[in-house]
Amino acid sequence: MTTIPHTTQTDPAVHHHAPPDSFIRKYVFSLDHKVIGKQYLGLALVAVFTGMVLSWYMRFHLGFPDAKAPGLGLITPEQYLQLMTMHGTIMVFFVLTTAPFAGFGNYVLPIQVGAEDMAFPRFNMMSFWVTFVAFAILMASFFAPEGPALSGWTAYAPLSAVGKDAGPGQGLGQTLWAFSILFFCIGQLLGSLNFIATTLDLRTKGMSLARLPYCTWSWFITSVIGLVAFSVLMPACVLLILDRVAGTSFFIPAGLVVSDRLQNHAGGSPLLWQHLFWFFGHPEVYIAILPGFGIISTILPVFARKPLLGPKVFLVCLIAIAFLSYTVWGHHMFLSGMSPTSATLFSVPTLIITIPAAIITLLWIGTVYGARLRFTTACLFCLGFISVFVTGGLSGFFLAQPSIDTYLHATYFVVGHFHFVMGVAAMFGIFAGTYYWFPKMFGRMMDERLGKVHFILTLVGVYATFMPMHYLGLAGNIRRYSSFPADYMSGDLPVHRWITIAALFTGAVQLIFLVNLIRSRFAGEPAPANPWEATSLEWSTTSPPPFDNFGGHHLVVAHGPNEIGVAGPDGKDYIMQAE
Amino acid sequence: MSSVSATPARTGVWVGIGAISMSFAAYTSALVVRAGDSPDWTHVQLPWIVYANTLTLVASSITFEIGRRRLSGPYESRASGVSYLNLTLALGLVFLFGQVLAWRTLAAQGLFLATNPNSSFFYVLTAVHALHLLGGLAAIGYVVHRARLAAFPSPGPVSTGAVGAVALYWHFMDILWLYLLVVLTIWL
Repeated sequence: MTTIPHTTQTDPAVHHHAPPDSFIRKYVFSLDHKVIGKQYLGLALVAVFTGMVLSWYMRFHLGFPDAKAPGLGLITPEQYLQLMTMHGTIMVFFVLTTAPFAGFGNYVLPIQVGAEDMAFPRFNMMSFWVTFVAFAILMASFFAPEGPALSGWTAYAPLSAVGKDAGPGQGLGQTLWAFSILFFCIGQLLGSLNFIATTLDLRTKGMSLARLPYCTWSWFITSVIGLVAFSVLMPACVLLILDRVAGTSFFIPAGLVVSDRLQNHAGGSPLLWQHLFWFFGHPEVYIAILPGFGIISTILPVFARKPLLGPKVFLVCLIAIAFLSYTVWGHHMFLSGMSPTSATLFSVPTLIITIPAAIITLLWIGTVYGARLRFTTACLFCLGFISVFVTGGLSGFFLAQPSIDTYLHATYFVVGHFHFVMGVAAMFGIFAGTYYWFPKMFGRMMDERLGKVHFILTLVGVYATFMPMHYLGLAGNIRRYSSFPADYMSGDLPVHRWITIAALFTGAVQLIFLVNLIRSRFAGEPAPANPWEATSLEWSTTSPPPFDNFGGHHLVVAHGPNEIGVAGPDGKDYIMQAE
Repeated sequence: MSSVSATPARTGVWVGIGAISMSFAAYTSALVVRAGDSPDWTHVQLPWIVYANTLTLVASSITFEIGRRRLSGPYESRASGVSYLNLTLALGLVFLFGQVLAWRTLAAQGLFLATNPNSSFFYVLTAVHALHLLGGLAAIGYVVHRARLAAFPSPGPVSTGAVGAVALYWHFMDILWLYLLVVLTIWL
């Protein structure tokens, strides 16, 4: 019997596609992971400024409830909720997920494993464009007859399920919201599929799993989390859409009267939505923050000129967090009528998950301890990340306990907590990654002077904005209200004013970042191949890398990523992974 | 390349299987919660055609497996390998047609998507499975096209890896349907 030679072994040396020559194939419908990474980052940049402007309007109304907001006039409570919903949705999905995970992951991961592209470049392109469509649908909801949805980024049923009786924006706006998130899930699933297959199958010779750089490890683990989480949110969105457009009753109970109208539904379970949503929603927090963990663990040793302390412990902690992230979703639902026994069952793993997170923080501090730090902007943002993550994490200890959460859950304490631990920390990770990889992406250095000003003002700004929220929360100031003009909370108004001014200030400071980005892109100093004296493979190629990443060379990896602060060749204090 | 033996296509299918399993686990838990939570859970008799469909789908997995083996066998057996893949494609289409008949049977009884929670779940679960199956049919069409190019006229190598990856996906669709049938039989 003749044996047929199999041709299925994909040789990573063979590029899946030729360099494109048309503008459309090169920059729009590109299959190149580097272009797709930049597209994701560009989308996140547009999204973050949109989300920030929405937050300015919210803060303006909270600080100055009687003043007319530019462009909107006097903001109504319904408009406030629409601003809040869109701010949360845009920031969580289209910034905190797309930038650190899909954006940097797409650009850097294939190069760091020594591949010439992702495992499935077409899926990769689809992943971005589906995400783009999701964003376009969400933006379109601003132009729906009664505006966008107002049910919060968590879209709790039955408010999100019953349609336009539930308020302005709950008609077409909420339907568009649900479709947008459905598409977003598809995009991220395609992305996760690529990240996992690329990491497992396209590693270059010598790149064992143990030699993967820490950010690639974190993107890989984030992909696994995302794969499970988005696979659950997607069915939830399908059922929500059917409740809204097809008259089913998955989430709408019988006998529900909204706006004086009896809803024609029976027997649905609003809590079912909460369970499905938070089974996705809590792991989503880690989808936003774990890439930051990886980015910090990769960048910090480079500027400390010391190896990362306890790399194996770091990986074990990452994996532990991934597992535990699926056991804690109920802590978002302590106030949903949950039995104290269930609440305890969710509270305990919530407290336990702080252990690996705290260990990782200690590893970073141990890495920095005794180091002669190079205070680049990227390094400063890493240190800032540790600071805001610890600040946000500490308030999490309180909220993890059902008895304390009962008091604090609906207050600004929670707003302060999650903005620090998830929002600002992830943003600092994004900033650190931007200042670190910008030279690789565009072949030009960013302005370090502007970068440092950006860092210091941002750090001051975020503390001035979110720290006072903890005090507001302890004082019983309820969140989600549009204003507190004449009730027991009106005494908090001066604090709200302070926060508003701080938020406007912090937002304005981001223009420095934008100017730096644009100016450096066109007029920055030319970047050498390895400006930071780092070890991973992306620094073994030109800045920016050629189309196939390594100019036809097949790198052979001989070292781990952690060989920094050692006696290297030519008197250097580091050894590249592939010399 | 490292010592990883699985091809990206196969890894991709395994990862996809993980995601789809998780998705159907979510649908199932929604069904269990919805059934246990409310007084309006009734009883829906599954149309007999779904059992015939089940046999069709199982048969399609068998024909796929025979086709796959023949394609990686000697040159003379490849033509019949392609035929078996075509037969699989046809059986897949018959299954989908049968599912449409099942929906029409329910509709004829006045059971529509929004009639009661049982019918809602029947339509949703079967439709989502059918959508995934359509993806599998497209993939079979693609490998049949590839196999035909490789098998005729030259006795050159046949890419059996892609066929293997699609076979894995197709068998999974089969197992997923059997799982859904059990869930629907028990809960509806």
